[in-house]
Amino acid sequence: MAIEFPRIPLGDWIESGLNWLTSEYSGVTRGISRITQSGIDGLNDALMWLPDWSLLVIIVGLCWWLANTRLAIGAVVGLALIMDLGLWDPMIETLTLVVIATLVAVVIAMPVGIAAALSDRLYKTIMPILDFMQTMPAFVYLIPAIPFFGIGSVSAIFATVIFSMPPAIRFTTLGIRQVPGDLVEAADAYGATRGQKLLKVQLPLSLPTVMAGINQTIMLALSMVVIAAMIGADGLGSEVWRAIQRLRPGDGFEAGIAVVILAMLLDRLTQSLRKKGKA
Amino acid sequence: MSDNRNVKIRVRNLSKVFGSQPKKALELRDQGLKRPEILDKTGQTLGLSNIDFDVYEGELLVIMGLSGSGKSTLIRCLNRLIDPTEGEIVIDGQNIPSLKEKELLECRRRHFSMVFQNFALFPHRTVQENAEFGLEIRGVDAGERREIARNALKQVGLDGWEDALPRQLSGGMQQRVGLARALANDASVLLMDEAFSALDPLIRGDMQQELLQLQHRMQKTTVFITHDLDEALSIGDRIVLLKDGEVVQIGSPEEILTKPADDYVRRFIEGVDKSRILSAESAMRKVRSTVRDTDGPRTALRKMRDHSLDSIYILDRDRRLVGLIDADAASQALEAGMERVTDSMTQDFRKVTRDEPMHNLFAMFSENRFPIAVVDDEQVLQGVVVKGAVLDELAQAGDH
Repeated sequence: MAIEFPRIPLGDWIESGLNWLTSEYSGVTRGISRITQSGIDGLNDALMWLPDWSLLVIIVGLCWWLANTRLAIGAVVGLALIMDLGLWDPMIETLTLVVIATLVAVVIAMPVGIAAALSDRLYKTIMPILDFMQTMPAFVYLIPAIPFFGIGSVSAIFATVIFSMPPAIRFTTLGIRQVPGDLVEAADAYGATRGQKLLKVQLPLSLPTVMAGINQTIMLALSMVVIAAMIGADGLGSEVWRAIQRLRPGDGFEAGIAVVILAMLLDRLTQSLRKKGKA
Repeated sequence: MSDNRNVKIRVRNLSKVFGSQPKKALELRDQGLKRPEILDKTGQTLGLSNIDFDVYEGELLVIMGLSGSGKSTLIRCLNRLIDPTEGEIVIDGQNIPSLKEKELLECRRRHFSMVFQNFALFPHRTVQENAEFGLEIRGVDAGERREIARNALKQVGLDGWEDALPRQLSGGMQQRVGLARALANDASVLLMDEAFSALDPLIRGDMQQELLQLQHRMQKTTVFITHDLDEALSIGDRIVLLKDGEVVQIGSPEEILTKPADDYVRRFIEGVDKSRILSAESAMRKVRSTVRDTDGPRTALRKMRDHSLDSIYILDRDRRLVGLIDADAASQALEAGMERVTDSMTQDFRKVTRDEPMHNLFAMFSENRFPIAVVDDEQVLQGVVVKGAVLDELAQAGDH
C-alpha cells in the first residue's frame, strides 16, 4: 500500500510571498520602475536622436580604435545590413536595454564580488545563490517581474539583471582572489590600509578577469532582453516574437541575424577593451 | 663585544603555533615535548618556540636555517604579517604584538621595509612606480616621492629604467627594484626574506657585495633571512641559527665556525668548515707593497696611501720580515723627525707559515687587528692573510 504524502504547496508559498512583496513594497517598485523607465527612455531617445549614419560612424570608429580594421569593416557590413533590413530602431532599443541592464548588474555585482572575495563567509553564502540564479530557467524570472513592474521594458531589465549578474560577481571575486599572495603581502608589509590594498593592488591586477566577467554579463543580458520580448520588451526580440506568432520564419531569421551581429560586435568590443586594459 | 651597542629590536620568548588550539600546544611544549610529538598529539604545528634575540642598531643580522626551521615565520612575526602566539617584539619602545590595527600600519610604515624572495613587484606598475610604492602608501606627495624613488633607483644602478615594466627586466634587475622600493621607503629596519635565493649564483654574489656596500654606507639595520650558510657567513655581522623553530646558536660567523654550539651546528658547518683541512696558503694574498728597513716614515706613508693600506711590512735586503708599521705610527714618526721606519715599528702582529691550519687564524684575528703575515722558514715574506679573505675562502670551499 502506497503511503500518500501530502503535496507540499511550494508554489503557493512562493506566490503568497511574492504577493506580499508586491503589495508591501509597491511604493518602492513603482519608484524603481519610474527611474528605470526614464533611464531607458533617455538613452533610447539620445541614440535615436543621433542620425543613423553618425551612430554607425561612432560604433565603427570605436571598433577601429579599440580592436582592428577587420572588426571595423565587419561592423560597417553588419550595421549596414541591419539598417537595410529596417531593423535599425529595434536594434537601438535592444542595445539600450542591454546597456542599462549591464550597468545596473555591474554596479550591484562589483561591491558584492569584492566583498565575497575578501570574506570567506560571504563567499560561501553567495556562491549557492549565484548557482541558483544561473540555473533557474530564465523564463521563470519573467513571471514575478510583471506583478512588480508591470508589462514592459522595466520588467525586462529586472529579469535581465538577475539573470546576467552572476558572472560579473563570480569573475570579480575570482579576479581578486587570484592576485598573487606575495603581492598582497608586499602591500601589507609596507603598511597599506585595506582600501589602499584594494585600489592600488587587488583591483588593478584583477581588472582583466573582471572585464571577462562583464563581457559574459553583456552576452547574457543580450540573450535575456530578446527573451524578455515575451513580457513586452521592445527591440529585436519583439520582432522575433511577432514572427513566431505570425509563423513567418523569414522575418524571424532576419531579426535573429541582427541579434547575432549585435552580439558579435559587443563581444569583440569588450574583449578588445580587456586586452587593451591588460597591455 | 656588541653588548654596548643600541638594541633596535628586542625579541623575547617569541612563539608561534599554527592551528586552532595554540594554548594546548604551548602547554605541551612547556612540558618538554618537541615539535613532532606536539603535532601528533594536538594537530598543532609549533612554528617558533621561545625565540630570544636582539637586533642591534646598524648591524646586518642573518637569520639562517633550513626549510621548516621557522625563519620565514620569524621575519614575518617582526612586522606581524604573521601574528605571533606569545612573546614580545619591542622596537623603539613599542611592543609590536600588542599594537592595535592602526598603530600597526603606522609602525610598519615607519619601521619596516621588506624585500621578498620572488621580488613581489607589482606587474602593473613601472619600475619608478614600484619604487614609489611605500611613499605613496604613506601619503608623500607626488613630486617628492618621484625624487626620492629616482635616487633610490640610482643607488641600485637602475637609472634609465624608470619607465620599464618589471617583466621587461632580468631577475637580478627585478630584485634591484625590490631593493630600491625598500630603500626609498627609508624605514628604520630592512627585512630581507631570502632576497637573493632566486638569483643565479653569479648575480647573487654581486648583489651580496652591493648589499654590503650599501649597508656599510647607510648603516641600515638589516635582518636577512637565508637557508644558505655561505651567504650567511659572507654577509652577516652576526648569525642566528634556527632549527625546528628554536634558536640553536647566535654569534658572529667566526664564532659559529670555531665554536659550534652543538652537534647540529657542527654537522651543519661540516660542508663549509674546510678550515680544518684548509691552510693559510689558500687564503693568502700577494703583498701589495712593502718598505725597506732603511726607508723613512715619509716613504712608508706614501706607499700606504698609494696602495690604500692601513699598515705596511718592513723587510731587510734579503726580503726577510723585520716588523710592521701602521699609518698612525708612521705619521707620528714623521712629526717626531725620525729617519728610519724601524725606529717606530711594531712586532705585535702574527706570523704563520703556509701550512698553518686555517681555523687557527680565526683566533689570531680576534686578538690582533693586523693582517697575518705568511713567511717561510727563513722569515722571508710570502704573502698576507686578511680577515675577509679567510671568510671568502671558507665560503667558496663550501660550494665544492
